[in-house]
Amino acid sequence: MSDQIIRLLQSSICFGTVIMYGAMGEILTEKSGNLNLGVPGIMYLGGISGLAASFFYEFNNPDPSRLVCLVISFLAAFGAAALGGLLYSFLTITLRANQNVTGLTLTIFGGGVANFFGGALNTMAGGVGQISVAATSAAYRATIPGLSGLGLVGKLFFSYGFMVYLAIVLAVVMHWYLSRTRTGLNLRAVGENPATADAAGINVTRNKYLATCLGAGISGLGGLYYTMDYIKGTWGSDGTIESLGWLAVALVIFAMWRPINAIWGSYLFGLLFWVYLVIPGLARKDIELFKMLPYLVTIAVLIVISLRKKRENQPPASLGLPYFREDR
Amino acid sequence: MENTYAIQMKHVTKRFGKVVANDDVSLDIKRGEILSLLGENGSGKTTLMNMLAGIYFPDEVEILVNGTPVTIASPKDAFACGIGMIHQHFKLVDIFTAAENIVLGLHEEGKLDLKAVSARITDICQRYGFVIDPNKKVYNMSVSEKQTVEIVKVLYRGADILILDEPTAVLTPQETDRLFDVMRNMKADGKAMVIITHKLNEVMEVSDRVAVLRKGRYIGDVATADTNPQKLTDMMVGHAVTLNIDRPLVEKRHLRLEVRDLTVRTGEGVKALDGVSFQAFGGEILGIAGISGSGQKELLESIAGLRAAEPGSHVIYHPPAPDEPIAGQHVPVDRAGEELLGKTPRQIHSIGVSMAFVPEDRLGMGLVGTMGMTDNMMLKTYRSGAGPLLDRKSPRELAQRVKDELDVLTPSLNTPVRRLSGGNVQKVLVGREIAQEPSVLMTAYAVRGLDINTSYTIYNLLTAEKCKGVAVIYVGEDLDVLLELCDRILVLCGGQVSGVVDARTTTKEEVGLLMTKFRKEASQA
Repeated sequence: MSDQIIRLLQSSICFGTVIMYGAMGEILTEKSGNLNLGVPGIMYLGGISGLAASFFYEFNNPDPSRLVCLVISFLAAFGAAALGGLLYSFLTITLRANQNVTGLTLTIFGGGVANFFGGALNTMAGGVGQISVAATSAAYRATIPGLSGLGLVGKLFFSYGFMVYLAIVLAVVMHWYLSRTRTGLNLRAVGENPATADAAGINVTRNKYLATCLGAGISGLGGLYYTMDYIKGTWGSDGTIESLGWLAVALVIFAMWRPINAIWGSYLFGLLFWVYLVIPGLARKDIELFKMLPYLVTIAVLIVISLRKKRENQPPASLGLPYFREDR
Repeated sequence: MENTYAIQMKHVTKRFGKVVANDDVSLDIKRGEILSLLGENGSGKTTLMNMLAGIYFPDEVEILVNGTPVTIASPKDAFACGIGMIHQHFKLVDIFTAAENIVLGLHEEGKLDLKAVSARITDICQRYGFVIDPNKKVYNMSVSEKQTVEIVKVLYRGADILILDEPTAVLTPQETDRLFDVMRNMKADGKAMVIITHKLNEVMEVSDRVAVLRKGRYIGDVATADTNPQKLTDMMVGHAVTLNIDRPLVEKRHLRLEVRDLTVRTGEGVKALDGVSFQAFGGEILGIAGISGSGQKELLESIAGLRAAEPGSHVIYHPPAPDEPIAGQHVPVDRAGEELLGKTPRQIHSIGVSMAFVPEDRLGMGLVGTMGMTDNMMLKTYRSGAGPLLDRKSPRELAQRVKDELDVLTPSLNTPVRRLSGGNVQKVLVGREIAQEPSVLMTAYAVRGLDINTSYTIYNLLTAEKCKGVAVIYVGEDLDVLLELCDRILVLCGGQVSGVVDARTTTKEEVGLLMTKFRKEASQA
């Protein structure tokens, strides 16, 4: 296999991991009936919080411990993103605000906050005006010693930081949770038909809050992986996280709300996004056209699943609708 | 003695904003007894029962279960008290199997083992005589199967007090009989049951005691053996009413609508109607009977122009002759008859073919839930009048007239119709269609869920239209009513006409058999 192909597959997997986190968080959220279009904003929040936490730690410690770097950035990212989800939950569940508007607002809010503090961090970092959290990034990118040197297999399967594998584990666990456990069944019922769930004695509000906050936390990990691993512990104000966030939303549809599908779907999206690397003689404008491929595939999938009308492949039936028990 | 009462509700009051749904109601439910809860629409039956089931929280109440005071703040509390409610609108998740729906929300020990659940379900079914496949998805089920799942669901939770909210509204006579058998089995098992229904013959057949509510107040209770439908109706309404439908025979009947070989396919390509042919006459009520989903909806929709028919289908409209009283109110059409297929719904409506369809959720067709009565009247009239501004006066007058004539209970003409009780919503819909003075009036499930008094108001309205020379097509569920109200009955089965009978001479059994004539073929298609 040529180096070019290997590099393409590696890039696909890295790229896919970012959106897989975003999509998995959103799947969990949508299973509770909340359509959170704030995924890009939440990924921004996760990215900037992780970066800021590790920056302040590294900045104040001449000899930072890798483990501490990892833990505080991870917790900061997850926590900040979950807080974003909490804000969304409060607005849409408790105050019953419109979910679409709230989600879009959250996207704008997250992007604004992240780029504002990203710029501030760049200034504080001094030097060339580019923040870099080398120690933390190294911790995120550390591979398992020995395995990454196994030739082709090592390059293809073991050349990534731990978050690539965590994403896969998370997807499998989530699949098992949603399809095999009691609480998973309850959560799905909330998203399908909250009145039914309520009549069955399930606490709809608690399920929605939990799923939305946890889901936002998981989505936020996508932003963390992007800043720490994908762009190696720096900050870019170029809006990439936002476009990746929308791709994550598209991936939720592509995966037909199934975490297992999100695994291969995200890698496929990555492959489609980077496939221009192996096509020789492309001008810059052609590259941009190729980057549209994941979206085109999503549209195609939407058309196909709409035509087939299989009930199991449809979004949760109450997606986007507020629930109020005494409403009539 | 404390064991005889399963539930005692004392001084229950519940308000929705300004509307008082229940006012100081006290009700006892006994063990090993089937209690019928009767009342007109909006009299607060469902609200009262919803408070037992934990859906609504009462403003003032004292509830005793088995003699012990309890507070029911959520459905969970209700289960803990052994109360289970089968709602009028099924509370099931469509994409789940029967077993998944049944265990939903339960906190049992151990991991989710659907096989063990299925075994227990089969056990319950055998005990009371149900038939159910635990692994069938709900969206593949018939209405009666869904209802069975609902009942098994509450039994699975160990409920010994069951509340059934209009359980027979969507069942065929045979399915109703089966349900009543199950109910009697449960009664023999010592369970307490409350059944809410509008059908007095069912009250007489299945219940032991009847409690009556009127306008949110408790009127009283009687043993079923000591009463009769007439007395019950008087109790419900508060004054004497006549329970006979006047069915005059109109001498001059003119051919108004001719349907020939009407074939319609659904979006999935399945034939919803297959070569349906019939004629409808002015001065006649043509009843359409059939199990729900036999093509009634498709039939009315294709006549009204809402649904495309296959080539070779014909719907011919014959306008009233100039000497008929209803002539000349609508757009003139060809005397020899005019094909309706291919025309837009608006054209068909302006010719004088009007449809009032009441779907299961009541708001799905014809009314906008968030708009008030006036605005809903305007939906049909906004095109009339000159100038760009809307004429709000005449719709308001029309709304007021419908409100007065049909006795619609609403705080104001501008209250969103979504907030009205189901029966009142229907009065608005049917009243508006009749006000269009059509020459063909199609109604589907016009009395679905309506109380007896309002139902008779609607029957009388339809009969009055018939006497004016209007061709009335009445799609109904209650066979007793079809037999009393209509002149002829057309029976649909699996999208085909399985028979046309004279309503004056036929029997309920004959119609019931026609309804299931091709049922096996239909389910295989």
